[in-house]
Amino acid sequence: MKKETIIKLKNLTKNYPVAGRDFPVLKGINLSINSSEFLGIIGPSGSGKTTLLNIIGSLDKPTNGEVNVLNKEIKSLNHKDAAELRNFHIGFIFQVFNLLPVYTVFENVEFALLLQKNTTKQRKNAVMEALEWVGLTEHANKKPDKLSGGESQRVAIARAMVKSPKLVLADEPTANLDAENAHAILKTMKKLNKELGTTFLFSTHDEKVMGYLDRKIFLRDGIVEKDEKYKS
Amino acid sequence: MIRFIIKGIVRDKSKSLIPIAVISVGVMVTVLMFGFLKGVFSDVINQNARLDTGHVKIMTKPYAENKEQLPNDLALLDIRELIDSLNQNFPEMIWTPRIKFGGIMDVPDNFGNTKSQGPGMGLALALFDKDSKELERLKLSESVEKGSLPNKKGQILLSDNYANKLNINPGETITFFGSTMEGSMVFQNYEMSGTVRFGSPLMDKSTFIIDILDAQIMLDMNNGSGEILGYFKNNKYDDKRALTIAKKFNSKYISSSDEYAPVMVTLKDQNDLRASLEMGDAFSGVFLFVFIIAMSLVLWNTGLIGGLRRYNEFGIRLAIGESKSNIFRILLVEASVIGIIGSLIGTSLGILFCYYLQEVGIDISKDIANSTIIMPSVMRAYVTSDLFYIGFIPGLFSMLFGTALSGRGIYKRETARLFKELEV
Repeated sequence: MKKETIIKLKNLTKNYPVAGRDFPVLKGINLSINSSEFLGIIGPSGSGKTTLLNIIGSLDKPTNGEVNVLNKEIKSLNHKDAAELRNFHIGFIFQVFNLLPVYTVFENVEFALLLQKNTTKQRKNAVMEALEWVGLTEHANKKPDKLSGGESQRVAIARAMVKSPKLVLADEPTANLDAENAHAILKTMKKLNKELGTTFLFSTHDEKVMGYLDRKIFLRDGIVEKDEKYKS
Repeated sequence: MIRFIIKGIVRDKSKSLIPIAVISVGVMVTVLMFGFLKGVFSDVINQNARLDTGHVKIMTKPYAENKEQLPNDLALLDIRELIDSLNQNFPEMIWTPRIKFGGIMDVPDNFGNTKSQGPGMGLALALFDKDSKELERLKLSESVEKGSLPNKKGQILLSDNYANKLNINPGETITFFGSTMEGSMVFQNYEMSGTVRFGSPLMDKSTFIIDILDAQIMLDMNNGSGEILGYFKNNKYDDKRALTIAKKFNSKYISSSDEYAPVMVTLKDQNDLRASLEMGDAFSGVFLFVFIIAMSLVLWNTGLIGGLRRYNEFGIRLAIGESKSNIFRILLVEASVIGIIGSLIGTSLGILFCYYLQEVGIDISKDIANSTIIMPSVMRAYVTSDLFYIGFIPGLFSMLFGTALSGRGIYKRETARLFKELEV
């Protein structure tokens, strides 16, 4: 599979106003991420991991610098274009599973496809395929409150993967899971990375996650401290 | 997507139950109030038209100026010719003469001495002229309490209360004491045929009815009457048409030097009805406006609370790739669905209560026993076609307005700031 650069950060800075003054969270980040990578941004709380993920996910904009994601300059996207980028090309997985409680597993996964205005048949096929990837086809009609933590996170993975995104951003995805479930989830994600070529970008400080990563970017006080690559 | 939204509304009771309950109650009250006010106002109009004002009324100018005193010395003359001309010029209406007069009614005993006596209000109608439709109009046949309607000259019909007060029964004789059109004193015996209940406390107090030909002879009003009333043939008052007819009729006499020239007035221009009904309309409008504002405030608050509860959901949807504008749009669609459901429930309940009040009504006869205006003794609501949609205006609008206010915060905020606040 030919690797191409899907994320390019050049001198990325991000300031937040605090008590009337600008507080720098990211201080000149330079990074390049290729397709099919399975990598993580690692750092302690407050190091800027989530901010970086939000900017890459077009939920936030940089103060300065260039952020190019899937050939789109994040700074120049209006909120509609940014939403479209997320809807078609980026999947999100959160620390808390964030499933919509009143909808079934099937409907939670289907939601992203509804926004893409796919036909009923297309949606049904895609949702069932995604649930098959995560091993939850028999739970399709259950509500989230009937699922375990591990199952819920697998639904969240199916929801992120159903639209076959090029990039999945996972913010501390194992933080609320026990070790067994965490490993199962990570194995599922790794498998999807291998089989579908989807890039997975984690924000984490969980040792369990680190063991699966092919690349670790260490972030401290808004600066890339180390960028280590491993052979998978 | 709509199916997805409806599923969410149906399954998430906390998202829909309170707003639907608020809207249902609000719409129900609106529909009920409208149906009730409409019923009461329509009854007031109809009863005034039937018993007193007609849809239009013709009098001489001086009679019109003093009509409260029933000045029959200023009555219309040559009414047969006038009615012929009215039938020709305004064939869409039925024209009928009436004479109102006052006097003392005396009930003699077997020896010819006074058994009982009291003042009464006389109403002379074209009782035996079927074309006048006076019997149907005044609903006299179905209002008979004792005896029967007059079927020959020399008979009189009394209101039931009045007959009871005078202690007279059908078949007995009663004597009228009064004055003619020229001011001479007049005595006339009548045979009481029966009693009726008009349903208007003012009329039920002391009214008696005789045929207009009897009255013309008794009051020296040959070919004359105090008033000529006009009714639309479909029996429905149309203010616009009534004003046009009155204008056309009056234009003939506007420059007349005859001080007894006839003048036509419409229903609403009598008994201060126009001002009262306009006030009623204004009251309905103000009620609707205040109601929309009040419901919007409640629903705004409900929307804010619901929105806070759904912050997490909005955050997930933003992350999945839904735009802020789409979230806002879907909130409005949800509000429309909730508004429609609430309005449907509220309208159904409102119409149900209206129907109950239409059939049963609220009896206020005791409260208005001494009333000096013509109004129905039972207040009723009317179920009309507009009740089926009137509730949707406050129901749907207030829900949309309330949601738009509460959802505005989402639309206005920066996505990142919002996402942060959404605690995803």
